[in-house]
Amino acid sequence: MTIGTGRSDNLAELLRASGEVLTRRWVELAAEPLRGRLSVAELERELADLYAAILAGLDTGDRDPNSDAFAEVRALLSEMSRRRARAGFTPSETAVGVFTLKRAMFELLDQAEIAGGLAEVVAFSLLLDAFGLWTFETFAKAREEVIDEQAEQLLELTTPVVKLWDGVLAVPLVGTLDSARTQVVMEKLLESLVTTGAAHAIIDITGVLAVDTQVAQHLLKTVMAARLMGAECTISGIRPHIAQTIVGLGIEFGDITTKASLADALRHALRRAGVDLVAGDRRG
Amino acid sequence: MSGVERIPILKIGDVLLASIQVDLQDRDVLALQEDLAEKISATGAHGVVLDISAVDIVDSFIGRMFATIAATSRLFDAHTVVVGMRPAVAITLVELGLTLGEVRTALDLEKGLAILAGLAGDRAAR
Repeated sequence: MTIGTGRSDNLAELLRASGEVLTRRWVELAAEPLRGRLSVAELERELADLYAAILAGLDTGDRDPNSDAFAEVRALLSEMSRRRARAGFTPSETAVGVFTLKRAMFELLDQAEIAGGLAEVVAFSLLLDAFGLWTFETFAKAREEVIDEQAEQLLELTTPVVKLWDGVLAVPLVGTLDSARTQVVMEKLLESLVTTGAAHAIIDITGVLAVDTQVAQHLLKTVMAARLMGAECTISGIRPHIAQTIVGLGIEFGDITTKASLADALRHALRRAGVDLVAGDRRG
Repeated sequence: MSGVERIPILKIGDVLLASIQVDLQDRDVLALQEDLAEKISATGAHGVVLDISAVDIVDSFIGRMFATIAATSRLFDAHTVVVGMRPAVAITLVELGLTLGEVRTALDLEKGLAILAGLAGDRAAR
C-alpha cells in the first residue's frame, strides 16, 4: 500500500493550518506530567521548534523516521532529552513530550476530516512512536555519559596524596578498591614521589572495606614500583577481616612492611628517615 | 649504519657516574656494560651510579642490564645504585615481572650518592 504524495500533503496541510491550536494543546498536555519543573515558556519554545521541524519533514512526503528529511527533528529531540537527562527528569517525563503530540492530534482529528483517512494517521502515528523511542535512546545515552563523568570525578576526588612529614607521603584510601582505582592511585603516588622527592610513602587502607586478589596484586605492584624508584612504601590500616581474607586467599606480602595503623607507619617512616621523636619538656 | 652510542662515564671521588640520556639500543647497553667493567677495574671505584632519569622506555633486556651491571660491579667490590627511575618505567618493569636483584635504587642522584657514602662507611668500619 502506498500513500500518495497528494494525500499525505493533506495531513501536513491540516497540521500546518491548525498549528497554533495544536501546539498550544500539545504544550498544555506535555506540561502536565512535568508539574511545573520546567517553565511553560521554555517548553513552548522547545515544542514550537520541534513542531516546525516535523512539519518541514512531513512536507518532503517522507515517512521514514531515519531519513534525512527528519534529521533536524532527531537533532532537536537528542538535544531535548540530553537536557532533560542532565536536569534529572525521568525517561517517561522526557518521552511524554513526543507522545502528547499524538494525543493533541487525535483530539484535533475528532473535529476534522482528512483525505488520507486512517492510513495517513497511522503512518504519522508510527513516525511519532519512532521519535519517542529515539528520545528514550538518547536519554539513556546522556545518562550514561553523566554517570561516566561522575565516576571519573569521583576517582580524582577520592585519591589524594598528602604530605605527612618532610619526605613522607601518604595515600588514605576510602571506599571500594577496584583495579581502575588502584591503577590511578599507583600512578598518582609514583608521580608525587618524583615531584616531591619523598623517600617514604604510606598507603593507608583503613577506609577500604574489601580487598580481592587483583587489588592486592595492584597494591603489591605499587610497592614494588616505588621500591624500583628508590622509595620505601608501607601499607597500613589493614582491617581484621581484610587481614583474614588476605591470608585466606594466600596472598604473599613478602618483605613489604605492613603496620596496624597510620601512626605506626608514620613512626616507622620517620625512624627510617632518621628523625627522632622526643617527648617535649613543657615545664620550662 | 650509525656507530654504537657510547655513554660517558664520569668519575667523582671514588664513584663512577653513567648518565643515560638517550633511548638505549641493545648494543649500546652491551657497550656500557663493557666500559663500566673496565673503568671500575681501572679506577678501583667503590660505587656506580646509573642515572636513568631521561629514559622513558625500557624493555626486559635493559631491565636485566641493571642486574648484570650490579653483579659485575660486585665482583670488584663496588655497589650499584640506579637513580631517577620514572614512574612509567617502574610500572613497566614490575609488569614485566623483573626484579633488580641486589641493585639499590634512589629517587635522585643526591640520595644515590648518600646511599653509596653510607655503604662506604660500613666498609671502612669493617
